[in-house]
Amino acid sequence: MTAVSPTTSEDEPILSLRGMNKSFGAIQALVDVSLDIYPGEVVAIVGDNGAGKSTLVKILAGVHPATSGTITHYGDEVTLANPTDSRDLGIATVFQDLALCDNLDVVANLFLGRELGLRALDEVEMEQRTWELLRQLSAKIPSVRTPVAGLSGGQRQTVAIARSLIGNPSIVVLDEPTAALGVAQTAEVLNLIEHLRERGHGIVLVSHNMADVQAVADRVVVLRLGRNNGDFAVADVTYEDIIAAITGATDNAVTRRATLQGAIFTRAKEGLSS
Amino acid sequence: MSTSTPRPPSNSTPAVDSPSSASIAESWTAFRSRVRGGDLGAIPVVVGLAIIWTVFQILNPTFLSSANLVNLAMQSAALGTIALGVVLVLLLAQIDLSVGSLSGLAAAILAVTFTQLNWPLPLAIVAALAAGALFGWFYGFLLTRFGVPSFVITLAGLLGVLGLQLWVLGRLGSINIPFDSWVVQFAQLMFLPAWLSYVLAGLATLGYVGSHLSLANRRLRAGLLPEPRTTILLRGALMIVALMFGAWYLNTDRGIGLMFLLFVLLVIAMDFALKRTRWGRSIYAVGGNVEAARRSGIRVDRVYISVFMVSAMLATLGGVLAASRLAAANQSSGGGDTNLTAIAAAVIGGASLFGGRGSAWSALLGIVVIQSISSGLTLLSLDSSVRYMVTGAVLLLAVIIDSLSRRSRALHGRF
Repeated sequence: MTAVSPTTSEDEPILSLRGMNKSFGAIQALVDVSLDIYPGEVVAIVGDNGAGKSTLVKILAGVHPATSGTITHYGDEVTLANPTDSRDLGIATVFQDLALCDNLDVVANLFLGRELGLRALDEVEMEQRTWELLRQLSAKIPSVRTPVAGLSGGQRQTVAIARSLIGNPSIVVLDEPTAALGVAQTAEVLNLIEHLRERGHGIVLVSHNMADVQAVADRVVVLRLGRNNGDFAVADVTYEDIIAAITGATDNAVTRRATLQGAIFTRAKEGLSS
Repeated sequence: MSTSTPRPPSNSTPAVDSPSSASIAESWTAFRSRVRGGDLGAIPVVVGLAIIWTVFQILNPTFLSSANLVNLAMQSAALGTIALGVVLVLLLAQIDLSVGSLSGLAAAILAVTFTQLNWPLPLAIVAALAAGALFGWFYGFLLTRFGVPSFVITLAGLLGVLGLQLWVLGRLGSINIPFDSWVVQFAQLMFLPAWLSYVLAGLATLGYVGSHLSLANRRLRAGLLPEPRTTILLRGALMIVALMFGAWYLNTDRGIGLMFLLFVLLVIAMDFALKRTRWGRSIYAVGGNVEAARRSGIRVDRVYISVFMVSAMLATLGGVLAASRLAAANQSSGGGDTNLTAIAAAVIGGASLFGGRGSAWSALLGIVVIQSISSGLTLLSLDSSVRYMVTGAVLLLAVIIDSLSRRSRALHGRF
């Protein structure tokens, strides 16, 4: 396959996926996919539509268990059969649709399903912890007591990410966090991702947007047609190399020649930026 | 779900305000911006009630007499209890069309078991409530297991339960409940002694002010923005004046009926359950976004089933109260407009048909509006044809206000 550069992190991976297969009936969504997630590292998963990114996210979230393959958590083999398994292992997933309750305020959304308080809800404690968390993330939220429907797209994304941190997870999976956002809001979320890295979380960033990936990711894992098609350290890879891996331009000598001529880049760029 | 209005990200509001103090002026500004944003709360219904009372008072000076208001309170209790259950169901964006039939069934069960089978009264009441719980569970089960819309389930329930009510009543069709039984006494003749009503008004105010002050203290200690002490004391002062005056005015006639007091206590308890417990929080969450609630680990099925059970039990309790007040159960118990009045009361009081918005107080406010219209028109000797039309118009107005404030909220990026 393509040139796989060794990962720069010396730590032990938090989670290792090896030989993951997932089929939906006759369709093979993932074939022999591997992925390592290290603490304090942002690993971006990129790929064209149908490359298997969402399937991989759902396996991590425990929504769709893998058909076969081994998952190890600090070296111990584990299974992710349902969302609870995933949560218990410290994997928090922020889905693309955010899953916020628009009629509830920020505090209520953050603690939804794990409210504090013995009998009655302890609003004071919850609000205090909310502010604490938002402060750690340097997040800009005007008020934690307004319904989240009143927040901007970036602020809603912030709330969704902050919520994923409530259980103090070791891994945060972000599915297309900037897809629906404007330029400034995207910058806000990218800052947030860097904050998460500083806090030592392992971060999986699924994205279509190469600019975002190059801005915050340390490592890029490329999926193509359900298979691994490259694992690059962002520092020593060019935009064109990633695009080539996504589109399969590096698959054989003929396309590689075409790649060098630049013909496929333009097409791929157009295709991706749409 | 409303669309959020993207705000300019250059919004330079500091991330974390270190809370220092907030004046009355600030809370007034916040209140005004909330109202302008379409978060009207109970304002439309309170204003509406003031208009209705003024108009009827001008048309007939006996409308606001203490005797009439005492009656109004007593008439509100049974239907209000049913409406309280409807509020719960509406919060989930569901509907229960069978509350009227359920209340009729409860009346029938109470009358038959108590007068014909000679069960002890508490047991007869428990049996009536148990029937409600059973039907509520069944609705919830059908909804969660088969995904049948609650509209259809409860429409079938309306017919089925009505049939059951007629079957329980048997050939007689109408059964009187002895006048000297304590349920009838409770519903017709028991009023708070004057001194006790003042004591309760004082205790309620003390409880309100005390709990809010201690909350403000806790928030201050936790470094959060507390509610200003002056606001709390001001509200407490208003509250004690209003409660004392209300109690005194009603006491110039028969006073505050125990049945009405029971209804108010139910509303307060439900308000606490909705706002301060996990169960209540999960109801709002499911009403706002079912999928989000499910993904955050809320057992959505249990929320649906428990709400339908509580709602049906409140409907049957309302039926028991209505039968007690009438001292009889018959084939038309819970029939006629009971159903739609209860649902209309919940909506008029501010429970949104779209789910996730409303409070327990919606039931109280809504039923008082409806009963005021009914009582006012009766005093003007207009018959029920006019009453239905006016109530219908008010319901329409309430729904239009709900939709308008919803649009305004969407415009201002609020839910």
